[in-house]
Amino acid sequence: MKEKIQRIKELVEENLRGASDLEALENIRIKFLGKKGELTAVLKGMGALPAEERPVIGAMANEVRAFLEREIDGKKEELSAKLREAKLKREVIDVTMPGRVQETGKLHPLTSVMNSVKDIFLGMGFQIADGPEVEYDYYNFEALNIPPDHPARDSQDTFYINDNVVLRSQTSPMQIRVMEKQKPPIRIIAPGMVYRSDAVDATHSPVFHQIEGLVVDKGITMADLKGTLEMFIKSLYGSETKVRFRPHHFQFTEPSAEVDVSCFVCGGEGCRVCKGEGWIEILGCGMVHPKVLSNCGIDPEEYSGFAFGLGLERIAMRKYDIDDLRLFYENDLRFLKQF
Amino acid sequence: MKLPMSWLNDYTDVSGISPKEYAHVMTMTGSKVEGVESMGAEINKVVCGKVLECEPHPDSDHLSVCKVDAGTGEVLQIVCGAPNVKAGIIVPTALHGSTLPGGVKIKKGKLRGVVSNGMLCSHDELGLTAADLGYEPEYGILILPEDTPVGKDIKEVFGLNEDVVEFEITSNRPDCFSVIGLARETAASFKRPFAVKKPCFTEAGGDIHELIDIQVQNKEKCLRYTSKMVRNVKIGPSPEWMVRRLKACGVRSINNIVDITNYVLLEYGQPMHAFDLRDLAGGKIVVRSAHPGEIIKTLDETDRKLTPDDLVIADGEKAVAVAGVMGGFNSEVKPDTQTVVFESATFDGTSVRKTAQRIGLRTEASSRYEKGLDVYNTLPAVERACQLVEELGCGEIVGGTIDIFGNRKEKTTLALRPEKINAFLGTDISKEQMIEILRTLEFEVDEAAMTITAPTFRPDIECEADISEEIARFYGYDLIPTTLLSGETTIGIKNKEQQAEDRLSSVMLSQGFNEICTYTFTSPSVFDKLNIPSDSDMRNVVKIRNPLGEDTSVMRTTTLGSMLETLSRNLNFSNKSAKLFEIGRIYIPREGELPEEPEILTLGMYGDSFDFYDIKGACEAVISEMHVKDVSYEQCTDNPTFHPGRCACITAGDRQIGVVGQLHPSVAANYDIDVPVYAAQIELEGLMAAAESTVKYKQLPKFPAVTRDIAMLVDVQVPVAALEGIITAAGGKLMESVQLFDVYEGKQIPEGKKSVAYSVVFRAADRSLTNDEVNVIFDKMLKNLEKEAGAQLR
Repeated sequence: MKEKIQRIKELVEENLRGASDLEALENIRIKFLGKKGELTAVLKGMGALPAEERPVIGAMANEVRAFLEREIDGKKEELSAKLREAKLKREVIDVTMPGRVQETGKLHPLTSVMNSVKDIFLGMGFQIADGPEVEYDYYNFEALNIPPDHPARDSQDTFYINDNVVLRSQTSPMQIRVMEKQKPPIRIIAPGMVYRSDAVDATHSPVFHQIEGLVVDKGITMADLKGTLEMFIKSLYGSETKVRFRPHHFQFTEPSAEVDVSCFVCGGEGCRVCKGEGWIEILGCGMVHPKVLSNCGIDPEEYSGFAFGLGLERIAMRKYDIDDLRLFYENDLRFLKQF
Repeated sequence: MKLPMSWLNDYTDVSGISPKEYAHVMTMTGSKVEGVESMGAEINKVVCGKVLECEPHPDSDHLSVCKVDAGTGEVLQIVCGAPNVKAGIIVPTALHGSTLPGGVKIKKGKLRGVVSNGMLCSHDELGLTAADLGYEPEYGILILPEDTPVGKDIKEVFGLNEDVVEFEITSNRPDCFSVIGLARETAASFKRPFAVKKPCFTEAGGDIHELIDIQVQNKEKCLRYTSKMVRNVKIGPSPEWMVRRLKACGVRSINNIVDITNYVLLEYGQPMHAFDLRDLAGGKIVVRSAHPGEIIKTLDETDRKLTPDDLVIADGEKAVAVAGVMGGFNSEVKPDTQTVVFESATFDGTSVRKTAQRIGLRTEASSRYEKGLDVYNTLPAVERACQLVEELGCGEIVGGTIDIFGNRKEKTTLALRPEKINAFLGTDISKEQMIEILRTLEFEVDEAAMTITAPTFRPDIECEADISEEIARFYGYDLIPTTLLSGETTIGIKNKEQQAEDRLSSVMLSQGFNEICTYTFTSPSVFDKLNIPSDSDMRNVVKIRNPLGEDTSVMRTTTLGSMLETLSRNLNFSNKSAKLFEIGRIYIPREGELPEEPEILTLGMYGDSFDFYDIKGACEAVISEMHVKDVSYEQCTDNPTFHPGRCACITAGDRQIGVVGQLHPSVAANYDIDVPVYAAQIELEGLMAAAESTVKYKQLPKFPAVTRDIAMLVDVQVPVAALEGIITAAGGKLMESVQLFDVYEGKQIPEGKKSVAYSVVFRAADRSLTNDEVNVIFDKMLKNLEKEAGAQLR
């Protein structure tokens, strides 16, 4: 009996060495350890043994069975690992092939830049105001201290609907609309489309976008104007940007300024982009004219404020190095998809 | 305004200031310099040289070897190839190490073995034109007048050593449209002295009052009329210095009298006119309103029809000038003019502006007058003209001056409150510094009363903010500190509509739609292109009175035109497919108020075998993002823009909020689109109104669902929405969802029928449903489908 068991053990060990796949392994298991297997058959013959030998042989048989099961499992593990390895090798793919893209759309570049500008001002506690594009002459000009027949109207070639209604030539009428409705403190930006009768070319469009800003409160100073706009510009263009406030004239602000930033290309040395000046004008601003405050029922002795206006197209053109404004309104997908 | 820097030296001192520094400092005090043109900047070390000897070159048949005295202390040997070189002439001589326009450098060298120490120049090599010289020079080197001093820098000879500064003058500063005005700003900017001397001249006798009668009838529009007379006039060319200065400012020389008026215009900023006394009928000047329909032929030989709103200068019979705009053709100065009447007047700015606009004539004079000129400038200006007449020796000044004032304006006096100004600017400027700045700018300061009076040439000074600006710009904008906003905190947040718009955009982007931005004005022909009936309300548009062209003459009442144009353009650019969206306004006229400007979400697409359900799906995504309930899509057969069988109205509740469909092939063809093209419009306000603003979490189901499928045959015409309605109505509370999963027509389906299949999910929130419970509902569904939709269940 002992020998038989020993023999089975040896046979299994020998067979295992030769087994090269999982099927062969399973066959070995069935042949020797299965219900009808050889070891089982041996054990079934245990009844014929003397009673005192049975526990000894039984223990031995169990030991061998356990041993063989471990062996088989070990072999199985080994074979599985090999198979896995082989499968992984077969599964190698060319990862440099292009991915499958779920195509998403793109925001218009003007919207993207508008969003960055909005975000900066939202972060500074500004709200966003909105108003009509077909506007009364009163809001577009008169309330802004530009009476009829004033020469300042020349600088903005205006589209008229009738004597009293225009296509707004600037977002500044929103200053008046906001001040008429809201009491200080006021901190708003008013982005939107504006219209001027300029023929279309690489740098002009009869339709373009402006962003107006207005702050009115007690004790607002020109230093606040400088600080706020400097912060905005550095957020937009980077903290190393140099900012210059230069006196200018607008009818509805006094004092007024134009703001230049150091040239993006040459950094201030002077180049073709900045026409050798080293500076590029990006916005107009100033302290709200006392007449404008009065026109809106705000006492200029008690309150002061500042306003600014910037052209969105110009900022976007600089940001993306776009040299022709018409591209914005042509909406060629080959252009739109670049942003 | 162009200004040669040397002219400034007549009134202040700009010595030692480089053009670059000048431009910077002036810009920072508010006189924006657009650029500085250095005339002759490229010419260096070119002097006048006298050719002493001229011999043929031993080794050439066209070169000459010259000995030249260029004032350098030695005689230079220069080889010259010009045919007109000869001994005795004075010519521009480029010395060794000199430079010429175009970056040409001249050095010592040998020409065919003969040493040449420079070059004799032609006018061309100096960058001069016949117009600069005033005559056509002969071919070859430029021969200078015999009396030209040897050794003199050629730039001095031709006035080329001049830096001309170009200023951008803002409309509030008419005083700066003059040499004197800019000299005043220059002096204040650089802290240099400034003085305008009273012009002096000798009067030759006689009395202007006896020779001419001047009356100002309209004193509202003519604020001052000052006149002097010059007799024994000798019309001729102006001296070179005057021609040169005028030219640097972009003014062409005409003759001495006209040049004097232009010179004074530039110098004093005061427009002047010179009449020939012979042409003033009755020896009279009357400043009056034009007669209705009065016609004047202006200097540009054009007949202008006037109205009583226009102010004219008339003689005893007729208008001889449109006041402040242009002189008359008949009274201008002629070569044989004997006696000249100088007009130096101030007219009301608005009136001049209106007249100039009305007759379509903007002149140098009118653009100055309309900004408001100083009434106290007329006399000094006309006196300066007399001084120049005397200096040029082109006439004798008749004794006396006619000087008539119209309505006078009060001078502006304002309180000076340094603490208030500092509080406004955020600065700490001393009272003394403020006063000093203001006095430099010729403001009168009463230190006891703490008031200031603005000079009469500063019509822009009207309030304290104006004083603050004067102080700020000479204190230095760059010295004003930068501070952040203090005071009450405000919240920077987008409102609901703005947030909703952002969400709409992001849904569109995620659906693969690209945003576009289009013009909001359009052509009236767009309505025909969109098949819009002639009696449609959409044709009632906001019209632009002065459009750039017909194509952009009305504000759009539909966004479809711009969308189709954009799609068409993309097709034309060979973009194989396009999915585009725009959030933009339309403009609906309203009686007695501004137009309504609703915002519309517009979608458009073509290509990639897209069909109706692709664009409808995009609309559904948008509507689902906004949590709009109770949305329905109804077949719309009567929208002439769309395909009659492939168009749906989108309704939320009982309000139509949009339309979606395939464009009518004829509309597509109108836009040169030869592929199926789809579009949708959703009105944002309607969408927002139907949107569920508060979204609440629903418990995830705890109990299992029971799913049943229904397959049926129905008539082809039955819309699936009707079947869904029947299923939903029968489903009641226990039905969780119904999902269409198959629609089929064709093989194995009888003609005129379609097979439709739904998956219906039942679930109760509080228990597991039994089969019996579900069966009751399901059977009712099937029965209703048979009864109401004639469905044959399969």
